[in-house]
Amino acid sequence: MLRRFRLEEPESVKEACELLARHGESARIYAGGTELLLAMKEGLIQYERLINVKKITGLDQVKLENGTIRIGALTPHRKLENDPVLKQKLPAFVRMEHHVANVRVREVGTLGGNLCFAEPHADPGTLLMVLGAKLVAERASSRREIPAERFFVDAYETCLEADELLTDIHVPALPERAGAAYLKFGYLERPSVGVGLFIAWDQDAAIAEARIAVGCAGPKPKRVEEAEGLLKGKSARDAASALAQAGEIAGRAADAIGDLHGSAEYKEHIVGVLLKRAFQQISEQRSSKSSR
Amino acid sequence: MAEGRLKAEDRQFIPITFTLNGRAQEIQVEPHELLIDVIRNRFGFTGTKRSCDVQVCGACTVLVDGQPVSSCTYLAFEALGHDVLTIEGLAKNGKLHPLQEAFIEHGGLQCGFCTPGMILAAKSLLEQNANPTREEIIHFMEGNICRCTGYKKILESIQAAAKTLRQQSSGV
Repeated sequence: MLRRFRLEEPESVKEACELLARHGESARIYAGGTELLLAMKEGLIQYERLINVKKITGLDQVKLENGTIRIGALTPHRKLENDPVLKQKLPAFVRMEHHVANVRVREVGTLGGNLCFAEPHADPGTLLMVLGAKLVAERASSRREIPAERFFVDAYETCLEADELLTDIHVPALPERAGAAYLKFGYLERPSVGVGLFIAWDQDAAIAEARIAVGCAGPKPKRVEEAEGLLKGKSARDAASALAQAGEIAGRAADAIGDLHGSAEYKEHIVGVLLKRAFQQISEQRSSKSSR
Repeated sequence: MAEGRLKAEDRQFIPITFTLNGRAQEIQVEPHELLIDVIRNRFGFTGTKRSCDVQVCGACTVLVDGQPVSSCTYLAFEALGHDVLTIEGLAKNGKLHPLQEAFIEHGGLQCGFCTPGMILAAKSLLEQNANPTREEIIHFMEGNICRCTGYKKILESIQAAAKTLRQQSSGV
């Protein structure tokens, strides 16, 4: 059962931010509602007002501009998994979106809502971190870009100010000779562990840059730079032993919590397994691309 | 966190027009009303089942403009201007939909509680993809849970209905 609340339907970002500033903690942004309404039905959180931001036009589009993919925060997952620009430029993102929750959640739930609710067992944040994404937050009179790895503060907590609205997600298109992957594992509706990996190779097929992020296992997704350093400069052959070590470090860095989704030790182990598989997937895609 | 208790005079009513099972409807809803309650309690279409209440099981699936949503977590005011279909809207002139026929013929149900959601989700799939592979059916249907059949018969029912619908549309 949902308690009674009032509905506000602003038609511009400015109007939405003003409503947030005016109503403070008694109001909350409502987009798809797939996570917010569950928590409200359970009585875990209550608001006097929900601010439906879906009347604001232009925030549900995907555009490619100067090598950056701009995703409107209100774009539903289902639209993202079928988007032609993303299919061509960021297939790893499309694959991740294709497996978010189930088709009904993807139909209604938005990327921005997923990020802002900051449920720990979510997929997009982890991949966006390794893709080098920036999250655009607007206020009535200002605007800032937040790197994805700085967005999440804790479980259900982001760095957004009370009167800030997430409007866009900017993802750089994959450079030449680079690949990305997101793999997850779980046996409940939500994943137990998610691992994001980005690899760029130099001209001699050594790893020029690696980005690793771990999600779901702990309270928030996070980049593991310490593990990334181990992969840098490695040839494909040397990568295997470095990967095992990187997996161990990433597992420990995940701040894994033992819960219904698995024990902490188990999740740490799965991080290493998924990291290896993610590397394998990126390497295979690279060789199939170069053999074409 | 705010207590979120509103006084009676703060109540808000939103007029909405939408289509339910092919018929235009005009009602007033409060912002917190869920689509499942409106469908079941105001219109008496009790084929839409409430089960997990957290969008995991699929028993409350209805189609909005042909796409599956969980009516247990869908605010009723969002139906404004849309076309909502429940299991009661599927049969035409007393004749069951090929999916309904196939579920009966192939034993795609036992207790039947998940069946309305299963059939509506499958309808959405087959409208977008007339000839889905086994894997495509499984992926699309993975959010609809059945605790009786073990899914094999459901899969067979959907495959059989897909074939019937393809034959119908090609006029065979």
